This record gives sequence, structure tokens and C-alpha cells, in this order.
Amino acid sequence: MSNVKDSQWPLWEVFVQASPGIPHKHVGSVHAPDKQMAMQNARDLYTRRSEGISIWVVPAEAIVASNPDDSDMLFEPSNDKVYRHPTFYVMPEGSKNI
Amino acid sequence: MENEKQLEQFEAKINADSKIEPKDWMPEDYRKHLIRQISQHAHSEIIGMQPEGNWITRSPSLRAKLILLAKIQDEAGHGLYLYSSCETLGISREELIEQLHTGKAKYSTIFNYPVLTWADVGAIGWLVDGAAIVNQISLQRTSYGPYSRAMVRICKEESFHQRQGYEIMGKLAKGTAEQKEMAQDAINRLWWPTLMMFGPHDADSAHTGKAMKWKIKRETNDELRQRFIDKTVQQAEIIGLTVPDPELKWNAEKNKYDHGKIDWEEFKRVVNGDGPCNKKRMDNHLKAHNEGAWVREAATAYAAKQVKEEVVG
Ligand SMILES: [Fe+2]
Ligand SMILES: [Fe+2]
Repeated sequence: MSNVKDSQWPLWEVFVQASPGIPHKHVGSVHAPDKQMAMQNARDLYTRRSEGISIWVVPAEAIVASNPDDSDMLFEPSNDKVYRHPTFYVMPEGSKNI
Repeated sequence: MENEKQLEQFEAKINADSKIEPKDWMPEDYRKHLIRQISQHAHSEIIGMQPEGNWITRSPSLRAKLILLAKIQDEAGHGLYLYSSCETLGISREELIEQLHTGKAKYSTIFNYPVLTWADVGAIGWLVDGAAIVNQISLQRTSYGPYSRAMVRICKEESFHQRQGYEIMGKLAKGTAEQKEMAQDAINRLWWPTLMMFGPHDADSAHTGKAMKWKIKRETNDELRQRFIDKTVQQAEIIGLTVPDPELKWNAEKNKYDHGKIDWEEFKRVVNGDGPCNKKRMDNHLKAHNEGAWVREAATAYAAKQVKEEVVG
């Protein structure tokens, strides 16, 4: 994998699900030579106090991250689409449960 | 020109108490300061395992041994959280370790003092982890996102460290005259080096200005040191131990303790390599690092072989 200069193994990002039904959340990263050890290291490092019931490890280089400089281009267009929010609509006086 | 606008945006974010994330533009000085501070912090966690590690096999009970093992394992974790957050600034793990080995990067001077007795193990948890907590709670609000997140995680784990140390001290202080003396001796030797952990006085600290302006640090060395003293003196009194500072006095007007002079000559000596255990700590780290090289290589080779087999198979 990338980062050839680093003799400390490739980087993996770690995501932990804290309890059933909620999304996995990014908690940090580990170095590991392969999938199994990435999982093992993530368990040892990020779940020493029953912080989770499920772990994802992902090679850091597989993550495509948006660039802060592109934020306007990416996120601006949604700002003027107020009709995407329920509060945009006028409900008839007296209507209930809608 | 471009730079000036970027700097303006950066400082606006800082002033608004927003976090800076790895891909955001940041001044080179900000990046450098963070790498220096975070790596020093990471190295301290890792080197700090050594003085306590010496006592695992000599723990006075199985309970004490399990606790000490868990604490030291946490410290390894703290080091790893911090290395990872430092790496988001564009420096590799290998370079970080190299800087430790060449002496370019420092670690906390406190870990260059020997741990002579079981009471010292207690004093480390109570005082050294206690001082670290004061610093780390403040750093949860640092402006760099990955550093702040690492601090939040670390703070959650630290309070057991301090409590287990204080428990050891309390037990010894209530024990035989000899045990109490051992506890007092530990605080006598470790008190001043612990105060030095917060770094030089604000007036003499070269890095404080920008670090505060850019909110890398949220409180100054002296402010943090004072908070630690004010908290700890009461804890010592409760268990019947004395803080070894004849000039220590409650200042009702300022609502804080006045304290005696810190021996900065000693601090300088230890920072520059001339503490009681500097050489031993570094030799140990180098030895472990070098003797582990074949493990890293073997695991890499095994991973490469697996990839090959996946492709072929
Ligand atoms: Fe720690
Ligand atoms: Fe700790």
C-alpha cells in the first residue's frame, strides 16, 4: 500500500458501533500490515472498555474525502432549496396531525 | 496574496472557536507547533510506560498487578491515539520515532526520574497522571480537531489512573510508620519534578504566545500548574501527607496557593539529557524498536504473500 517511506505499516481508519441500531462512528486509526491485524489492533486500542459491539476497519487510502476548498461548490446549492424542508409549506388553519 | 486571504480565513475560524481539520489550510507555524507538541505528548505516553513497567512483576498483590497492567496498557493506547492524530499533519510514524531517537523530539522530563519504591508507583498515578489530567482537560478545547478528539478519549480513561495512585498513597499513609514514611518520601522526591511537567513560567516560555493565539493551548503553563497545586494540596492533607514546599501558603486574597521557587536549572539539565534515567529510557526504547524490526518485516512479508495468493487464487 501507500506510504512506502513508513516502516510502520499502512494506516487503517477505525469505525465502531457503540450499541445495536446506531451507526458506526469514526474513532481513530491504527497501523497494521493486513486486515486481520488491523481488526485485532482496532479491538485492542478502541474497545478496552466495552465501547462497541461492532468494528469496521478501512484502509485509509481507500477513503475519498471532499476538499474543504470545494465546500461552496458542494454544499452551497442546497442552501436555497428551502422547499426541501417541511416548514416551507403553509398548512390550512386548523389542520391537525400533519 | 493568496496566503494572506487564507490566513485571514484561518484566523477567523480560530476566533469563532471552530476546529481546524487535517485538510484545511493552516499556517506552516501552526502545523510545526502542533507536530512538536503532539509528538512530545505521544512520546511521553510511550516512554512513561517504562518506569511503571518495572513494577509489574513486583506488584504487592494480584489486584495491584492487574490494575497496573491495565493502566500501562492505557498509556500505550494514549501514545497511539496521539501518534495517529500527529500523522494527520503529514508526518509519518517512522519519522516521529526517528525524531525521538535522535533527540529532536522531547518527552516529559518526569519520566527520567527513577521509580524506587511501590509508593513511587502510587505517587506517579496520583501526581503525574493528576498533572497530565489538568493539562489534558484543558487541551480538549484545542483548535486542532484530531488532537482535541484524542484528548477527549484520553481524559475519559485517565481518571482511573489518578484514583488508583491516590488509593495506593492513602493505604500506605494509613499503614505502618515505615509505610507512611515511604509515601512521604515519594511525594518529597516527585513533587517538584511534577510541577516542572507544566513547563517554564509563562514569561520564559518561547512557544506560549502563538500557541495561545491560535488556541493550540487554551491556558498557559502557569495557570495549569496553579490549578494542579490548588487541587492537590487538599488531597495530600486528607491522607496525612505533606507537600515538600516550606513556602507553600494559602493566599486568601488571590484565592490560591503561593508556592516556592522551582529549580529550573534542574529542569534544563533533565531536558538536555542529564537526568537520572534519560539514557536508560532511550536505550530501552531503541532496543525494543530494533529488536522488533524482524516482526514488522515478517508481518509485512506475510501480508504481501496473502495479497499474492488472493490474486492467484
Ligand atoms: Fe496517558
Ligand atoms: Fe495516565
